[in-house]
Amino acid sequence: MQHVMKPNRPVGIVGYGAYIPAFRIMSRDISRLWRNEQDLNYLPIEQKSVPGADEDTITMSIEAANNALARARVNPNLIRAIWVGSESHPYAVKPSGTVVAEALEISPHAVSGDFEFACKAGTEAIQAAIGFVGSSMADYALAVGMDTAQGRPGDALEYTAAAGGAAFIIGPAEQAVATIEGSYSYVSDTPDFFRRAYQKFPEHGNRFTGEPAYFHHLRNSVGTLMEEMALKAHDFDYAVFHQPNTKFPVKLAKELGFTRDQIKDGLLVPKIGNTYAGAAVLGLTAILDIAKPGSRILAASFGSGAGSDAFCLSINNQIEEVRTLAPMTTHYVRRSVVIDYGTYARWRTKIIQT
Amino acid sequence: MDIPRYWRLRNQRYKLEGSRCKACGKLFFPPRQICTKCKKREMEPYRFSGRGTIYSYTTVYQTSERFEKQLPSIFAIVKLEEDVLVTAQLADIQEWAVKIGMEVKMVVRKIYEEKQTGPIMYGYKFRPLIDVD
Ligand SMILES: [Zn+2]
Repeated sequence: MQHVMKPNRPVGIVGYGAYIPAFRIMSRDISRLWRNEQDLNYLPIEQKSVPGADEDTITMSIEAANNALARARVNPNLIRAIWVGSESHPYAVKPSGTVVAEALEISPHAVSGDFEFACKAGTEAIQAAIGFVGSSMADYALAVGMDTAQGRPGDALEYTAAAGGAAFIIGPAEQAVATIEGSYSYVSDTPDFFRRAYQKFPEHGNRFTGEPAYFHHLRNSVGTLMEEMALKAHDFDYAVFHQPNTKFPVKLAKELGFTRDQIKDGLLVPKIGNTYAGAAVLGLTAILDIAKPGSRILAASFGSGAGSDAFCLSINNQIEEVRTLAPMTTHYVRRSVVIDYGTYARWRTKIIQT
Repeated sequence: MDIPRYWRLRNQRYKLEGSRCKACGKLFFPPRQICTKCKKREMEPYRFSGRGTIYSYTTVYQTSERFEKQLPSIFAIVKLEEDVLVTAQLADIQEWAVKIGMEVKMVVRKIYEEKQTGPIMYGYKFRPLIDVD
């Protein structure tokens, strides 16, 4: 039985856009406050992105989707689905997608709903969009992976929980800058990380988050995709994996036979942190910004709870025309206004006033 | 702002939609019903590009409770490229970096949240340019 998924009509990415907030906090400053810098040699990343007090998953999705629309050069009225994947939707009830649609002049002839699957909510939306366009129910669908992740003050997650993401307009392959050659998803009930209703901060299973969660699911998703498509690591020019820290994706890449060179361009976590539903897809935009026509990309997310989506993409000639139509991912990575822990705590409402 | 009013104004708040006089072409933001130049009443919606320059600015340190989280806030008069002035907050910038004449671009941001349980009000602000913007 074939497990790799391919739609009836070939589809691809016709437009893509990134967004990362301007502000950064240094891991050193978090360590100074909670650990007296005792863990300075073991910090998982250098710095992470912090959303401004006026930013959330909706405003950030609008920015990324605007960039995707600029590159896609399609009439927004032809976009028939707006799916935002996030674990930090501003409302518990009221879709993020309708605000995005209104701001982009997409509405009203569209479906819209929020996706939630921890860090793979964005790629889940992409899978749905592939099916929607691939079945010819629509010509274009917008899928966004975006988060403003929160870690409990002093918790290990506080070093990495960051903000950012990417938007993709999925459309017919003949108009695509990157064709999706195949995809595969793998899920199992694994309680490695979760947040109960009405809770502000998530819980995680410490060491349980590695081997049975991140590595197991990614190994299976990427392994099955490559095996069934008869592709080896050296058949790809680039690979990007979910990146909760620097160590995990580097270790996984090595195990799967990918070189440091293949993963370096999509590895943004040291400079911006773990952007959760935005992480793998932001790495993908950084690769799309530089990849030459004809090159092949492997992109795989991981979401706690748990599952992984893996995609095989090939770059088309149109990519050269669209890159400069919106800000590139490296520009968002580079723009950096460093703030102190106090400002960060106030903006992220970690200070509770009673 | 009450919910019906917020809903009614969403085109100007999300898309910088003003109005254009069909008779003489004068542009307005926020939209107007009657042209101040030719006094005609025939207006059509006009979406501004969202690009402009900082005409003037000031920093606000004291405000009502609902805006407190974002203090200090920089308010600017932005001269849109269509030669219309609009007052709005600046985003992603600290006061020392603001310069008169600086190029800015419109973005949608949170203006305020109606306490813990009410609606979140989104609207236009302006930020410095990034890369190819
Ligand atoms: Zn007139």
